[in-house]
Amino acid sequence: MYRQQILDHYRNPRNYGELSDATFSHTGENPSCGDEITVDVVLNENEAIERIAFSGDGCAISQAAASMLTSELTGMTLNELQELDRDDVLDLLGVEVTPMRIKCAVLAEKVAQDGAKIYHGELDELEQTTIEG
Amino acid sequence: MATHEQTSPLDVAVLREEFPVLGRHVGGDVTAPGEGADDDQPLVYLDNAATSQTPRAVVEAMTDYYYSYNANVHRGIHHLSQEASVAYEEAHDRVAEFIGADGREEIVFTKNTTEAENLIAYAWGLEELGPGDKVVMTQMEHHASLVTWQQIAKRTGADVEYIRVTEDGHLDMDHAREAIDENTQMVSFVHISNALGTVNPVEELVDQAHEVGAYAFVDGAQSVPNRSVDVGAMDADFFSFSGHKLCGPTGIGVLYGKAEILEEIQPYLYGGDMIRSVTYEDSTWEELPWKFEAGTPPIAEAVGLTAALDFLDDVGMERIQAHEEALTAYAYDRLTEFDDVTVYGPPGDNRGGLVGFNLEGVHAHDLSSICNDHAVAIRAGDHCTQPLHDTLGAAASARASFYLYNTRDEVDALVEAVDNARQLFA
Ligand SMILES: Cc1ncc(COP(=O)(O)O)c(C=O)c1O
Repeated sequence: MYRQQILDHYRNPRNYGELSDATFSHTGENPSCGDEITVDVVLNENEAIERIAFSGDGCAISQAAASMLTSELTGMTLNELQELDRDDVLDLLGVEVTPMRIKCAVLAEKVAQDGAKIYHGELDELEQTTIEG
Repeated sequence: MATHEQTSPLDVAVLREEFPVLGRHVGGDVTAPGEGADDDQPLVYLDNAATSQTPRAVVEAMTDYYYSYNANVHRGIHHLSQEASVAYEEAHDRVAEFIGADGREEIVFTKNTTEAENLIAYAWGLEELGPGDKVVMTQMEHHASLVTWQQIAKRTGADVEYIRVTEDGHLDMDHAREAIDENTQMVSFVHISNALGTVNPVEELVDQAHEVGAYAFVDGAQSVPNRSVDVGAMDADFFSFSGHKLCGPTGIGVLYGKAEILEEIQPYLYGGDMIRSVTYEDSTWEELPWKFEAGTPPIAEAVGLTAALDFLDDVGMERIQAHEEALTAYAYDRLTEFDDVTVYGPPGDNRGGLVGFNLEGVHAHDLSSICNDHAVAIRAGDHCTQPLHDTLGAAASARASFYLYNTRDEVDALVEAVDNARQLFA
């Protein structure tokens, strides 16, 4: 699993940080690992993602996936975001992720999607995103 | 293995033959259980604190039960049922003998350690605790007791207090003396910590509990597997452990309770097998221990547990303890050679057979994954001690845990895998 590309994104995460002008922001965790990720999104007038950032910490798989995914999401509309599934993230990672680690890989995607749903009023604001093992 | 044989009191090579799974290769597809063509690395199994492997004698005893005397217990008077009943009941005697209890009336079979804790928490705690009462635990409690007593305390209005853990992983015994006060009704603590490896001063804590008139519940999940335990000598009121951590099967655990205390406690589960007489209006209970064993019990598992205890006694508990202490000390020394590895728990060799550790800059799950790439099975996570990990300032840790069949070569394989992780992430 620990190919150079993954380790590179883990060491030098892209889009790491916070956006003070975020249109919405959402946090989620993977309690079994202690991975935690917050995603901040700035939308343009077409509900497309203009800028995106993530913060938090956790294992290399969760952080690398967040780094790669956020790079991919820039320019996407929220509808397109909702259409992503876990295979899209696994394809991005480009390595075989063992079954017990898939929840680490998909955390950032789920946080971004739940954040967008809350923004659209489709999910309760108090809803915490958790990925259970 | 040569170096190993110089230090171990056990003939490990011969013992390993009794555990077929130790000959396995791993590394391929995990969605189909069992060894497949793409499994090509010899397994190094260092997750024994979670569950131990099972020797032939245990599997064979259970197979023999299913093949030749499988029947329900207690209520049958036909031949097979009598055989099964005798074996099931005698399993209680065997456990009593193994841990120094007075007899079968003090041994209740449960599903596991967790259920043993819950049994007393519900049957005694929910009835007897109230506002002003206190349950004292330790900061190193496993969730099995921590969550159980925490929730029972919430429901009854009782307080909970946790004895602090010192920097070097021991219990702060000054704090214990303060915490265990006249309001304390229950002191519930781990004999050996599954995260730190600390061996707690059981007698001292039991004495302190008794001085204030409280009960002492000792969680022996990590001690019974690797040392000789005498519940009578430690004077514990309750004691628990699981079959699957000492070469036995899953699905069976043990609650020990002093007979005179168990007599006074009402049943926890109601139903068949635990009653003496039933009318539409009321019921009376069977004798100990049956009044706490409602419904069809884990019969095959009790047979397996008996075989596991026989196996351990044949090997010798003193020798198992010496073997584990030597391996653990070796692992501790090797891991602490790395500047960027933090090993948790007390230094020295008075430890349970496990080492919890972290590698700087590498999440424990990544470390465990990399070990798995080397076919080294270790655990990563909070090991059901989340509050303890909060006090350690680590969300998770890696843990290698040993048993009678592990070798120094396997510790070397672990160290090599950890070193590989260091280089990958450097
Ligand atoms: C100290 C301790 N207590 C309790 C348990 C719970 O055991 P079980 O899961 O068999 O109930 C464990 C094992 O995970 C343990 O290490």
